[in-house]
Amino acid sequence: MGIEQIIFYLFSGILLVAAVSVVTVRNPVYAALFLILAFFSSSAIWIMLEAEFLGVTLILVYVGAVMVLFLFVIMMLDINIDIMREGFIRYLPVGLVIAVIVAVEMIYVLTADSLNIVMPAAKAADYSNTKELGGVLYTDYVYPFEIAAVILVVAIIAAIVLTHRKRLPNVKSQKPSQQVRVKRDDRVRLVKMEAESKPNASTRGGQ
Amino acid sequence: MIPLSHFLIIGALLFSISAAGIFLNRKNMLIILMCIELMLLAVNINFIAFSHFTQNIQGQVFVFFILTVAAAEAAIGLAILVVLFRNRGTINVQELDQMKG
Repeated sequence: MGIEQIIFYLFSGILLVAAVSVVTVRNPVYAALFLILAFFSSSAIWIMLEAEFLGVTLILVYVGAVMVLFLFVIMMLDINIDIMREGFIRYLPVGLVIAVIVAVEMIYVLTADSLNIVMPAAKAADYSNTKELGGVLYTDYVYPFEIAAVILVVAIIAAIVLTHRKRLPNVKSQKPSQQVRVKRDDRVRLVKMEAESKPNASTRGGQ
Repeated sequence: MIPLSHFLIIGALLFSISAAGIFLNRKNMLIILMCIELMLLAVNINFIAFSHFTQNIQGQVFVFFILTVAAAEAAIGLAILVVLFRNRGTINVQELDQMKG
């Protein structure tokens, strides 16, 4: 067994154990931490498959941002774990049966001979996965790439709008409906007044 | 040499574990969101394995987009969760029957 296989089975084992722990552990904080472990080990598997950029991205984006968000939310909410765990034993047989059926069916399909592709030779040391991915992303897939950016903006705005609290009543804000409905009479007041007499030339000069 | 099927089996096992997790933790919405993240990870492993074994970079492009969408989904899902907890005081899925669906 070469070093490659040892690394692969080690990280796969850690990944599966972490995934099982995510769904069985009592405390949601531990579940989030096990999820981080799962992301780390799958990122190692991705790097083995010469997807270095995505492996690093997985750690940066998921462990650095998404899981921190999860941990923040878990610690912010005051969850009663015992009520949440109700029914765990009751649904255990159903969940296990469905998981085993899904796994067995998938493994039966995935071990077919048609999927027996030979692993390609490793790339040269100066091969840059990031460069190749960027070359495709900014040419063939530039339009979906822009849409992905828009989706992220939508997510940011949606998250802020959803969690934004209403402020105190003395906060000033624009009300566009009232601004549009305004009449001339609301803003301009015409005053009728006597014409003044011609001002004195000497006083004007003095000012 | 590790065959392609081993990578795919890892993905399949990960997917079935997270599917079972949704069944087991059907009261806790946080764990359900985490299980969805695990499912997306399983899909991504499949994509990257095929991308490597067929020497086609497009699989990695798709993984890139899935990561983007998953991050957006997690952010909005957690925002909804926070609003839900603020309004109802619980994230128990069984008690979220306000809409009588």
